[in-house]
Amino acid sequence: MASENTSGTHAADARAAFEYAPAPESRAIVDIKSSYGLFVNGEFTAPSEGRSFKTVSPSSEEVLAEVADASAEDVDLAVKAARRAYDKTWSKMPGRERAKYLFRIARIIQERSRELAVLESLDNGKPIRESRDVDVPLVASWFFYYAGWADKLEYAGVGPNPQPLGVAAQVIPWNFPLMMLAWKIAPALATGNTVVLKPAETTPLTALLFAEICQQADLPPGVVNIVTGAGETGRALVAHPDVDKVAFTGSTEVGRLIAKSVAGTDKRVTLELGGKAANIVFDDAPVDQAVEGIVNGIFFNQGHVCCAGSRLLVQESVADEVLHSLKRRMSTLRVGDPLDKNTDIGAINSREQLEKIRELSDIGDAEGAERWSPACDLPANGYWFPPTVFTGVSQAHRIAREEIFGPVLSVLTFRTPTEAVEKANNTPFGLSAGVWTDKGSRILWMADKLRAGVVWANTFNRFDPASPFGGYKESGYGREGGRHGLEAYVR
Amino acid sequence: MTPASTRLDVRKTYKLYVGGAFPRSESGRTYEVTDHKGRFLANASKASRKDARDAVTAARKAFGGWSTRTPYNRGQILYRIAEVLEGRRGQFVEEVGLGEGLTASKAEAAVDTAVDRLVWYAGWADKIAQVVGGANPVSGPYFNFSMPDPTGVVAVVAPQDSSLLGLVSVVAPAIVTGNTTVVVTSYERPLPAITFSEVLATSDVPGGVVNVLTGDAAEVAPWLASHMDVNAIDLAGVEDAALAKDLEETAAENLKRVLRPATATDWAMQPGIERMTAFLETKTVWHPIGI
Repeated sequence: MASENTSGTHAADARAAFEYAPAPESRAIVDIKSSYGLFVNGEFTAPSEGRSFKTVSPSSEEVLAEVADASAEDVDLAVKAARRAYDKTWSKMPGRERAKYLFRIARIIQERSRELAVLESLDNGKPIRESRDVDVPLVASWFFYYAGWADKLEYAGVGPNPQPLGVAAQVIPWNFPLMMLAWKIAPALATGNTVVLKPAETTPLTALLFAEICQQADLPPGVVNIVTGAGETGRALVAHPDVDKVAFTGSTEVGRLIAKSVAGTDKRVTLELGGKAANIVFDDAPVDQAVEGIVNGIFFNQGHVCCAGSRLLVQESVADEVLHSLKRRMSTLRVGDPLDKNTDIGAINSREQLEKIRELSDIGDAEGAERWSPACDLPANGYWFPPTVFTGVSQAHRIAREEIFGPVLSVLTFRTPTEAVEKANNTPFGLSAGVWTDKGSRILWMADKLRAGVVWANTFNRFDPASPFGGYKESGYGREGGRHGLEAYVR
Repeated sequence: MTPASTRLDVRKTYKLYVGGAFPRSESGRTYEVTDHKGRFLANASKASRKDARDAVTAARKAFGGWSTRTPYNRGQILYRIAEVLEGRRGQFVEEVGLGEGLTASKAEAAVDTAVDRLVWYAGWADKIAQVVGGANPVSGPYFNFSMPDPTGVVAVVAPQDSSLLGLVSVVAPAIVTGNTTVVVTSYERPLPAITFSEVLATSDVPGGVVNVLTGDAAEVAPWLASHMDVNAIDLAGVEDAALAKDLEETAAENLKRVLRPATATDWAMQPGIERMTAFLETKTVWHPIGI
């Protein structure tokens, strides 16, 4: 995530002065196999139907590996392995011993952090600066944090005698592949559940490296199972009758289907879905800091962030000044090779996602909003979209209502705090919001009124294992992180 | 000669309770309510889709005001409900006894427990946030805290058997934290719910915070489950598993929070805090620390 340091430099000089030589991180540290099996019962196994799919590097379209496509039968074997591990070892193991396994995993993640970061950037397309400084450190801290809970659950305020649920089916997205894995697996294991996790089909590699880490940690077989595949595999996993818990992060569309599919069962569900966060800038906010926050809010991770600040609500009196400053700052963003340590914005994760971003942006043009992007050279191969801002956006525009999930910011204006709240809350989503103002009482007033699960005041896109994260309304239900994150995995 | 002083009693008309008023069903429909032996008690209003929608509108309108009352004030109002309920104890003992077929002492116990439950929840109003929220020790120069926030408009299918205690046990935890509700009552035993509405109407509970619909949950609840301005649904009193599944599926359309049926619940048992936390969102606020 970008820092909030103010920058006193001015546009043209800054750009002239900031020509960087390439500084690529070496990919020699990762050893990508040509093909990967499924990780079931502690072993890599071939898929029952022998099908596989390719995972590509979105920055070059280079095929990185062939990955097994798990069938319903494979999912069943994984759930059975998880059930056996739950019954025979994991649910019976004292919390302090579970904790030690999780601490061990956290340590191995730290030891292999550079390898994980490079692999994540290769498979996902995100800048190495983010995978190295944000994703992987958070992954380690997530395991470290929940490790400590494993033998203290009776103090967590989740009931006097918290018990695990059983087998957790976990389906995660491609935007933060390893981080989402950590958010899912760490609390599940700490509370004594076993898991079957399906990574996204475009980003399976770090999850498979995590499987190796489980082996290195001597985690009992079956406690963690990883099944790779696409939507069909996910459906089979969620619908499996012997699953006690479903945890999903992804689109609201799929979240709805999952909520429907578990209706009438005893399965517990947590859903972390889409968002269309308002990032609200008042006229008394320090402009440079706010602009850094806006940039971090929408361009962090190419905007592939469910809590991205994709709607900028700026007070009318400072709109021109903020936009001028924002465009100047956007002109200094470097788009390109994810493994280059200078890169700010990497590749769009897939061709399919690129098409979605293009389609919604074209709709923005068609509906009369004004598009602006800095001049930037995009690489010839791979999937790329320049940082983009739309002005003249109204609340009725689709680019103000729908999640674009890309580096595209829609700008709206407001006059009064009440109007800002109304516009911010005028969405079926409710995941996050940002407020920029120097006035303390206004921050607290806004935080109180905003119908969103996370409110960042004078900051944006901060994450911590101790901090609960999750949405209101159609952004889903349940919280991940902190003491609250345990509730999803105990009864 | 005619008997000198046979006084004909004045019977009550049982209507709906929506937005603080007692309207008849827009549909004009009623149905016969009998006691446990099948003897006629009253004609109750049979709520329709339009009544359900009106009730949601009233609940949404009341949400802003109710959710921003101070917790102390909401606690006092819940306590006031208990006071007024206690004051009409005799009436409830009779209605509950007739409808549920309870002996006088059992009916008294049910009413007493309902009063006590309101008092118990009243005390939670200004405590729940401290119990489920608090400061989060994030690793960085940030002040970070989480607090509960009411989910919004909650549709409730009240228990079918326990006509007063069950009703109070599902409504109190939803409203004490600031939610507003649309309640579909027990079908066969709806009368205590309407009399309870009279208690609400005279306890400083703002109109629209609790809206009470008598009628058939199988008919009315699907409209609440599919209503896009309802944020959560409590299926406590849905006894038909197929209906519960349908309602949960329908509720998924806007990701309503769903509390599954509680048909095996003994409502006399001391509850935990789960019925409150089921309809609370957690809001986490970050702010940098610096000079």
